[in-house]
Amino acid sequence: MTDALVVTDLHVEFSGFVAVGGVSFDAHPGEVRFLIGPNGAGKTTCIDAITGLTRGTGSARLGDQELLGRPVHKIVRLGVGRTFQTASVFDELTVLQNLDIAAGRHRRSASLLRARRGVGASIEHALAETGLTGELATPAGILSHGQKQWLEIAMLLVQDARVLLLDEPVAGMSQDERTATGELLQRIAAKRIVLVVEHDMDFMRRFATRVTVLHQGQVLSQGTVAEVQADPKVQEVYLGTAGAATTAAMAVVLERED
Amino acid sequence: MTKPRTTGLKPWFSLGGIAVFAVLLLAIAPLVLTDHWLNNLGKYCCWAIAAVGIGLAWGRGGMLAMGQGVFFALGAYAMAMHLTLETAGDRVPGFMVLYDPLAPLPVFWEPFRSAGFTLLAIVLLPVVVAGALGYALFKRRVKGAYFAILTQALAVALATLISSTIRETGGDTGLSDFKYFFGFVLNDPANRLMVYLIAAALLIVCLLAVWQLYRSRFGELLVATRDAEERVRFLGYDPANVKLVAFVVSALMASIGGAMFVPIVGIITPAEIGAAASILMIAGVALGGRASLFGPALGAMAVGWGQSSLGSTWPDGWTYLLGLLFVVVILFLPNGLSSLPAKLMRRARRSPAERPAPAIAPAQLEEVRS
Repeated sequence: MTDALVVTDLHVEFSGFVAVGGVSFDAHPGEVRFLIGPNGAGKTTCIDAITGLTRGTGSARLGDQELLGRPVHKIVRLGVGRTFQTASVFDELTVLQNLDIAAGRHRRSASLLRARRGVGASIEHALAETGLTGELATPAGILSHGQKQWLEIAMLLVQDARVLLLDEPVAGMSQDERTATGELLQRIAAKRIVLVVEHDMDFMRRFATRVTVLHQGQVLSQGTVAEVQADPKVQEVYLGTAGAATTAAMAVVLERED
Repeated sequence: MTKPRTTGLKPWFSLGGIAVFAVLLLAIAPLVLTDHWLNNLGKYCCWAIAAVGIGLAWGRGGMLAMGQGVFFALGAYAMAMHLTLETAGDRVPGFMVLYDPLAPLPVFWEPFRSAGFTLLAIVLLPVVVAGALGYALFKRRVKGAYFAILTQALAVALATLISSTIRETGGDTGLSDFKYFFGFVLNDPANRLMVYLIAAALLIVCLLAVWQLYRSRFGELLVATRDAEERVRFLGYDPANVKLVAFVVSALMASIGGAMFVPIVGIITPAEIGAAASILMIAGVALGGRASLFGPALGAMAVGWGQSSLGSTWPDGWTYLLGLLFVVVILFLPNGLSSLPAKLMRRARRSPAERPAPAIAPAQLEEVRS
């Protein structure tokens, strides 16, 4: 079993503007953990800080290892992987080449000089898990939007990441693709820490085990989906001042609950 | 383990291409070309060696190395200093005593008396310099235009330094009048053929080296770094190291090209390594196709040939022609001339009858508009 990801009192400041002001949460293997909140709540900034992309203070520990303050590639080597809001795969390389590069951190550098022979077991497993087996030789650039997102998740799987930080993994996906992605996340979460940043409340409601709601860089509420939705503070933020799109989405969710 | 479909016949097809190229350069060319043109071909081979390195750094690695003249100079001047000393024998080289009959040999010339040291310097100098420069630049994430300008500035600086140190380096006049090449008399046609064959063989070796690099995992990682450096970082690699390796290899190739340039051409001056020369190296690579295997070498050889044939009979026109060619290629063939065959083939295969009909017929579109 992997250790937990524990974030304590995380602060991120951009030249005076406090994007994240003292956020604490934890994520364990076996749960699909969601981080939600209106635009500008600091969700992505939290992930950026944990992965070393932006500087944060406080603490983010994976097991007994402190992540903050290390360079990006070192944090990755500790087993923390992430995806981005816009699927970023290597367009000019095939699906196989993309995955092969992701698998590379377990390889010795000398082996880089050789050509690849065959497909490794971990790559085959990741392809099967994400339903991309048929696209092995397809250049990643011509995959559909949903397939690109899955390729990113497959890359995290072959990378053997212990922590998967997924930034809006279902944005722009069809309903069927969302369901498939959600089920995929539940499967892989059995042995790994899965933390999802999402706008899509319906997706969150269906697949979240535990939710943390952020608002203006602070934790507004934390708990199961039902607990969070029952929280009057959350209702106020979502139905009151927050961005129109999320308000509408949350309103739909709340109506259904009623 | 299953066999991947991606590694098909293509790499082996390219290897066949290198074999054909090797036969043309090493067997056919010496038989059919006059001594004069064979010597010229040798010169183009030297530029081509540097170009193969630029193809690696720029085409596959995305680093627009505009100052490869620096590394070309390291190899060329190391070789030229050795050949100068070999020609001078026990005496101090002629140009040094021109201003001061009692001038001693500068300290940094002394080790170049040794053939072994010279060969080692040709290999190690560019590795050390490019390694230190690349480390400093890539770790600080200097890239794009900043990298290009910086490397270009270094070429200008080095050319200026050489120009201004006439007593130590020969200045603008350069180093020339070499009589021996590691013990072989350079006037002897048989020896000149040997020097040509060494240059041509080194070009083939460099092509083989990048052929292996391009089909290796490193080649894929390099392309990935070129296209999405940040993403590579999030896969646990340090992109700076990936770029550093490609940059050092390209510098080494430029140095080897420079070293062979000296016995073939018989003179090295700052003009051959400065900004203009460095840009001309880039021009050949861009024309040929920077990301392809053969494009950089063939492009550099074509530019070299244009330089010595058209450039001497019609110097003004050649400059315009080169500029025009550059514009046309960038506009219509951004991947260089080597992408032309594939493009034509695709066009031929897609005959008008097979072209997919537009999703909306023009007539329909008119209706919608009105």
